[in-house]
Amino acid sequence: MSDEFLLEARDVRKVFRGGGMLQADTATVAVDHFSLKIDADNPTFTTIAGESGSGKTTIARLLLGLVDPTSGEVRYRGRPLPDLDKVKRKQYRKEVQAIFQDPFEVYNPFYKVDHILTTPLKKFSLANSRSEIQDRVETALTAVGLRPDETLGRYPHQLSGGQRQRITTARALLLEPKLIIADEPVSMVDASLRATILESLHRLFREFGISFLYITHDLATAYQVSESLVVLYNGTVAEAGDTESIIRNPKHPYTQELIHSIPAPVPGTEWLEKPVEEKAEGKEIMEAEHQVISGCRYVHRCPKAMNKCVGQLPDLYQTGDTRGISCFLYEESVPVPDGDLTEILSTKTATIQD
Amino acid sequence: MITAATSQSTSSIQPSSAGREVLLEIRGLAVHFETRRGVAKAVNDVDLSLYKGERFGLVGESGSGKSTLILSLLNMIKPPGRIVHGSAKLNRRELTNLDGEEVRQLRLSEIAMIPQGAMNSMNPVMRIGDQLELAMAEHGGGEHSVRELMEMVGLSEATERLYPHELSGGMKQRACIAQAISLSPKLILADEPTSALDVVVQRQIMQTLKNLQNRLHATVLLVGHDMGLMAQFAERVGIMYGGELVEVGEVDKIFVEPKHPYTRLLIDSISSFETKGDFRGIPGNAMSLLNPPSGCHFHPRCPNKMDKCQERPPTLKEIAPDHTASCLLYEEGENS
Amino acid sequence: MMRRLILMRNYLADSPSLAVGLAMLLSLIAFGVIGRFIIDAEMAEPLAATPRLQPSTEHPFGTDDSGRDLFAVMVVGVPLTLRIGFLAGGVGLGLGTFLGFLSGYIGGKVDTIIRGTVDILLTVPGLLVLISIASTIREEISVEIMALVVASLSWMWPTRTIRAQVLSMRERAYVDMAKLNGMGTFEIIWRELFPNLLPYLAASFAVSVSAAVLATISLEALGLGPQNEPTVGMTIYWAITFSALIRGMWWWWSIPIAFLVLLFVGLLLVASGLDELANPKQRQAE
Repeated sequence: MSDEFLLEARDVRKVFRGGGMLQADTATVAVDHFSLKIDADNPTFTTIAGESGSGKTTIARLLLGLVDPTSGEVRYRGRPLPDLDKVKRKQYRKEVQAIFQDPFEVYNPFYKVDHILTTPLKKFSLANSRSEIQDRVETALTAVGLRPDETLGRYPHQLSGGQRQRITTARALLLEPKLIIADEPVSMVDASLRATILESLHRLFREFGISFLYITHDLATAYQVSESLVVLYNGTVAEAGDTESIIRNPKHPYTQELIHSIPAPVPGTEWLEKPVEEKAEGKEIMEAEHQVISGCRYVHRCPKAMNKCVGQLPDLYQTGDTRGISCFLYEESVPVPDGDLTEILSTKTATIQD
Repeated sequence: MITAATSQSTSSIQPSSAGREVLLEIRGLAVHFETRRGVAKAVNDVDLSLYKGERFGLVGESGSGKSTLILSLLNMIKPPGRIVHGSAKLNRRELTNLDGEEVRQLRLSEIAMIPQGAMNSMNPVMRIGDQLELAMAEHGGGEHSVRELMEMVGLSEATERLYPHELSGGMKQRACIAQAISLSPKLILADEPTSALDVVVQRQIMQTLKNLQNRLHATVLLVGHDMGLMAQFAERVGIMYGGELVEVGEVDKIFVEPKHPYTRLLIDSISSFETKGDFRGIPGNAMSLLNPPSGCHFHPRCPNKMDKCQERPPTLKEIAPDHTASCLLYEEGENS
Repeated sequence: MMRRLILMRNYLADSPSLAVGLAMLLSLIAFGVIGRFIIDAEMAEPLAATPRLQPSTEHPFGTDDSGRDLFAVMVVGVPLTLRIGFLAGGVGLGLGTFLGFLSGYIGGKVDTIIRGTVDILLTVPGLLVLISIASTIREEISVEIMALVVASLSWMWPTRTIRAQVLSMRERAYVDMAKLNGMGTFEIIWRELFPNLLPYLAASFAVSVSAAVLATISLEALGLGPQNEPTVGMTIYWAITFSALIRGMWWWWSIPIAFLVLLFVGLLLVASGLDELANPKQRQAE
């Protein structure tokens, strides 16, 4: 493992300030104590899963340099993002790419879809002539299962959602990045096309050795594609580790509730009959989300909440080689140093490429 | 008259369900949108019967016509869309030709609708309890008190005095359900009622909805695209593709032995905790309603395509007890 | 190119007010252009004809107190007034657009300074300032100077509204995409944001022009316009000065007013027509 990581989040915290003249100042802690390193040479496929308000999209935007952290820092190849010079910055943009959720909004309605494919080639000087640009665009489109003659020269509204999202995938591929941060890439795509798009992402990982940070609310698709899983709750990591073992044997009370709540596409599993666990007695707090609290964020809803959960944020306790749980139920285990997720996730990822 | 009605319905009501009473009967319903670029047949000659007290799931991707279909039951189709032909009868009462006042009377007392993102439709400056009270008073009151309704959907007494912004998304959706059932409707239309909610809350809401449906002996028509939710909630399922109903059957049959190739591919494509690294997307692109393919609308993406599939459209036929599908594979004498 | 033309035709079919407004403005321009071939421009000078004649076949709009042929005055004056309006509106909107983009997209200190200046200047009564400027430089005032005087106070509203538009646009996902595509700040403004504002800018332009014409007419009606040019506003000034109203010379004041009404209604219809098209809801219905 090299000393220089491709991308690194160091104890990142992001607070959004709200409120106005007549309102009290409100602060929302979107992300707290988040640390993760992504290796430059060993491709990994990691999912960051969470529900709305969990901070997953904020993490994506922090890593892409689209928002700045309130404290902590994001580093590209060892250097904090604000300190990158022009050349390094260009290299960062080329190596760390993204696919966004809404396959319509990312297109400027003024231009044909070709615009988002040819612009990066020109800006990063990846092609020298018109014909070379055309060739590379067509190759990338074919790689994600599109026919160039059916897609090029059209306006975004003339294509279907699935086609539009595959074009944005092709765009990310054009830059030959090391890492693609995919923020809910299939949540707005028709069900019949989701698997196709996930497959093309997975193929880019397998065949081109591109690392993925897959950001989603859908644990079923996370299970399908990723080796490692990070479950967020309200801005903090609840549980992280090997995807297979978390899904089969969730340990954090939130992860347990989350996994049991997903309706399986198999009739007769009594999903509707099993009662939802009641929250612990004496912890009756209104379901106000994003409240600034000093303790565990899940304390409002946790059936196993204890007194100490209210006042103190639990560390990420390492219960096995590939599992970290941020819950006092596991405090006899050793905490992961600095809460760095890489410690738990990296052992598995080194073996992926064959 | 009676004989005519029964002979007409024998083709659709299967032997084993003969004892069940039909609540909603849709026959040949078509809704078209006339746009500058052509006519989009959003709902194309749909036949569907819902029984009293059942939970029916209507599945389809975007553009399949599922939402348009339920909007047409409440005369809520807006121009350039209109109901071109066909009928929809609730307890033998025709719904498609009601005027505004009749629809208003029918709402809540006979048909209730829980729309997508219903929680955003509440009056922000009125307390939850007062909103319920007002909705009921406008329809001449119901058999339940506000307190009872709140209890039925699992909201505490204190919630009655809160304003919508003080409630979480799940609580707001419960309040909307309380309003929807306030006059004990016979038919509850739920259009992706939990799509904006987290999965944990989704399960609680669906449990509440099921309990209420049992208690009121109402029929629930759940519309959505989440196959997992359908498998867990519905007793019977209908699949729509490109404005047409392609398969209807009991949930166990549909998920275990789907007959229509589209249904089969759709079920195979679902991600679940059983499918790791196994991707089975449906090839091809979503269908364009403005420019539909000839014959069977699914033929360009169908793995079982035959030559005749692009020549003529199939019709919905019973292929097993309580199981209908619209595919030329099952048309008599065609299956060589 | 073909596609843009077809789009334009569809826009016109969709929005009758835009079509009617454009037709009115075009007819005003055509009046000025074609009129030049029919009349002799010297007829617009004093003592060119018998004074105080009612409209007749020889002088369709009559003549004024000093013997100007009013038809000739309109042929020369309407294009002059349009020129001041378009020049002043264009300069004001151009300046406003530049500052609005700067303020909205870059934000921070730049935004604070621009926004503060706009807020302060908007409280200053514009006509008062215009009158003081115009009366100081009265001697050598020309049509172009007049336009600049009017433009100097018409950039604040465009700055404010365009800043608001830019603020909402810069949160769009395609701006993030442009950043990931390696585009710089000014390139994003110019290539990603600006084209989408074109319909809005066109609507704002129509509004700016009519505001500029209104300000010009106000100054001219007070006698602060270009004395030697027969603009529409100066014609009204002369009509007031020589009491055309009480002397029963109805043609002297009613004809320039009719032209102004045509101009303002035309600009208003164009602005509201373009506004409909700039409204994203309307365009999404496509």
